[in-house]
Amino acid sequence: MPRNLIRNFSIIAHIDHGKSTLADRILELTNAVSAREMREQVLDSMELERERGITIKAQAVRVEWKGHQLNLIDTPGHVDFTYEVSRSLQACEGALLLVDAAQGTQAQTLANAYLAIENDLEIVPVVNKIDLPQADADGAAAELADLIGDTPDHVLRISAKTGDGVEAVLDAIVERIPPPAGDPDAPARALIFDSSYDQYRGVVAFVRVLDGSFSTREPVRAMALGTRFEAEELGFFAPTRRETPTLEAGEVGYVITGLKDVSKLRVGDTLTSERRPATEPLAGYKDVKPMVFAGLYPTDSDDYPQLRDALEKLKLNDASLSYEPETSQALGFGFRCGFLGLLHMEIVRERLEREFDLDLLATAPNVAYRVKPPHGEWREVHTPADMPLEVDEVEEPYVAASIIVPKEYVGAVMELNNDRRGRFGQLEYLSEQRVHLTYALPLAEIVYDYYDQLKSRTRGYASFDYDLLGFQPGKLVRVDVLVGGEPVDALSLVVHRDAAYDRGRALVERLRDEIPRQHFDVAIQAAIGSRVIARETVKAKRKDVLAKCYGGDITRKRKLLEKQKAGKRRMKQVGMVEVPQEAFLAVLNLNEDRR
Amino acid sequence: MTERARHLYVHLPFCSHRCGYCDFVTLVAHKEQHGAYVDAVLQELALERDSLAETVETVFLGGGTPTFTEQDALARLLEAMPHADETTIEANPETVTPELASMLREHGVNRVSLGAQSFRPHLLDVLGRTATPSAVRGAFHDLREAGFENISLDLIYGIPGQSPSDLDADLTDALELRPEHLSCYELEAKPGTRFTHVHGPELARQAEAMEGYFEQVVGRLTSEGYRWYETANFCRAPEHVDGRDLRARHNLAYWLGRDYLGIGIGAISTLRGTRRRNTPRIAAYLRALAVAECPPRELEQLSRDVRTRERVMLGLRLDEPLPLAGLEDAIDAAALERLGALGLARLHSVDSGAIELSLSERGRFLGGGVTADLLA
Repeated sequence: MPRNLIRNFSIIAHIDHGKSTLADRILELTNAVSAREMREQVLDSMELERERGITIKAQAVRVEWKGHQLNLIDTPGHVDFTYEVSRSLQACEGALLLVDAAQGTQAQTLANAYLAIENDLEIVPVVNKIDLPQADADGAAAELADLIGDTPDHVLRISAKTGDGVEAVLDAIVERIPPPAGDPDAPARALIFDSSYDQYRGVVAFVRVLDGSFSTREPVRAMALGTRFEAEELGFFAPTRRETPTLEAGEVGYVITGLKDVSKLRVGDTLTSERRPATEPLAGYKDVKPMVFAGLYPTDSDDYPQLRDALEKLKLNDASLSYEPETSQALGFGFRCGFLGLLHMEIVRERLEREFDLDLLATAPNVAYRVKPPHGEWREVHTPADMPLEVDEVEEPYVAASIIVPKEYVGAVMELNNDRRGRFGQLEYLSEQRVHLTYALPLAEIVYDYYDQLKSRTRGYASFDYDLLGFQPGKLVRVDVLVGGEPVDALSLVVHRDAAYDRGRALVERLRDEIPRQHFDVAIQAAIGSRVIARETVKAKRKDVLAKCYGGDITRKRKLLEKQKAGKRRMKQVGMVEVPQEAFLAVLNLNEDRR
Repeated sequence: MTERARHLYVHLPFCSHRCGYCDFVTLVAHKEQHGAYVDAVLQELALERDSLAETVETVFLGGGTPTFTEQDALARLLEAMPHADETTIEANPETVTPELASMLREHGVNRVSLGAQSFRPHLLDVLGRTATPSAVRGAFHDLREAGFENISLDLIYGIPGQSPSDLDADLTDALELRPEHLSCYELEAKPGTRFTHVHGPELARQAEAMEGYFEQVVGRLTSEGYRWYETANFCRAPEHVDGRDLRARHNLAYWLGRDYLGIGIGAISTLRGTRRRNTPRIAAYLRALAVAECPPRELEQLSRDVRTRERVMLGLRLDEPLPLAGLEDAIDAAALERLGALGLARLHSVDSGAIELSLSERGRFLGGGVTADLLA
């Protein structure tokens, strides 16, 4: 296909603003699928994605419209996958910026729109859901036009649901979005914007060819990681898989690599041909590192091998997931897992439970810390218990947070961000009603019930997005929890010095309510190093007898004692203290309970 | 254990009314059934003759309210009882008259366990007891007048609304009567009883305030010359009563793991490694015995393991050390060490070289939990 007849684009939209519905309509109108055989939301192939209304993994679909080849590159819809979004956008020349006529621009839309603008994409603004009774198409169009520096009459108005206006969208793609640039005669270069794993064929890379072309059986190299393989099969989706002998400059498709390790081929890397290799990789490759960590433990310790196998399998599909074995005296054997963010964590947990039928306990999530011990080297710490007691310096990840909120909630949002150690960036009015705020916030504060607080303080009107800023110094301390003088590893946490007292207090009080009274006083303490910052006591029992026991009672009383004994066996021993597992869980769920 | 039982329990289920907190096998009224029931019990006794030893040491008539049983029928039953060193009957104060007291004496009863429960009218009311405090005293005097030299009083503490001074006053009133024996039970709000339904939430609220009541009871009674010989039982110490051992011998047999025969509805026997429970249904019981057949029973085989565990559980209720010979397997050594470190339990050897296990005073206050810990 001549390059001037190719258009590569993606759709940028907030969750539920109708991205998948629009994609479906496009497939229908271009006869890629007949209305009859059409499953709803063709692009979102995974069950979980459909249920959550979000897209986890990008795919690309090729359709034809009036003699042109249109490649629709689907982008993940969430902040945790910003890097993947940026790579998908880099594979396009244009983007549909889709906004709900009733809801207007949301923080996520904004973030992705800026990403698209940064990538020099031609933006086609589209207001969706004009059929809704509460739609304010004019207001949404004005806001959109303002955002991208366009005029409101240039904004398309459609209903993806009824199909109204969708043909005009296809025409606009052809008319407004430029054909791909690139040199068909230069050494081959293709951007990997997504990958998946097939148990028979190995790693499948989704690519956009920038220069030159690739053929089946060609030896190929990933430039950043140096991985070599032979292109076993090339093809594209329309929307089902179609094999093709070559992928040429400007085209989008897939490469079956036969690689058995998904970590050998990372999103953002550049593929080139070994026959005539390019010298420069494409810009923008990053090694994405997990920033949020949590312990995952099987509820039933017998399930540990199944959990290990499940993580291994998930990892094949998800290069950004990391995990290593971890032992906790409270929870037994499990894994400390690293995630891109909270949503990524939830998705992984749900997939483990749903696809692998596991029952899991998750510890409260924490972020990655960089620490420099006295006379030591900087190193990264992924679990609070590993934080050295004495440190010269500590750094924690910060994010650039972007919040869009009706103006009456600006005060509430500012208050929350101040409480969360936020540094104010700027405030701008998107319209008369809606304000865009930016803050630098520690990621740890977001991990700790930030979304819920934001939602509740703004009655659900706030939309929120963030991008990682990197590590910045913080006055952080490790708080340990001691039961009967013994530290409980799973309950240690790292917090800002100013919050240590409150968090320690809350933990200790909660634990006091959960630990049953024993035959002796049990001290429950929160401590920073050797300094106790909060203390509670579970008073010793003064009596614990079966009131009476005569000839008729013996069997029943024996069974009672045996039950009591069995209950004691199920408890975890912390020093001399018997602690029910539920007590640990209640404390670990402290975050969730605050919701 | 090829020996035959030396201890006989007879269940007399009838009551004038059912107290709210009670979960025993009881039957209200049915006066017309008393005679038939006694006939059936005597029939069962005849059928079980071989289970009893030639010499029976103790007989215990429990209920229900044994003294509520229609008097002729009760007399007939007592006449048929084997002679024993200790024959105890449970009595409710309102059923005791001078006539009844003499009749009991004449028929060989030498110990009465009187269900006083409390001397505070408002607390008796909460318990649903019909006897007044003066009726309790009156009954006690009637029994003394009739010549009873071994009377036990039952007291209940932890009653909804009971203050520490209420409890102290109850103990004072009980002690004034100089009973040979006292059984003091914490009120158990048993699931499913009417009482728990009404008072459960209140009891839960008071639980912490009432935590010291057990200590209060033990402290007061031991300071007044009573021996705390079993978790819930006290008797006047031998030094105050010319060396008499006033422990309840029948109950002691349970706590020492001896065999016993129980007859009547719902009665439980433990005989040669088998525990059995008679049907609690009077109709089925009467029907079977009318044709001289054993009543329907549930059987439980007690393995050696279970029996040793029971020996530990029961033995640790007593103030005398538990000889460990033969019970070693039932004890969790690590738990024993922990409890030793906490000063709750300890092992010691006696002159004969035998090892004994005993609980400290605090260990006895925590006896249930400590025993659960100790059992392997």
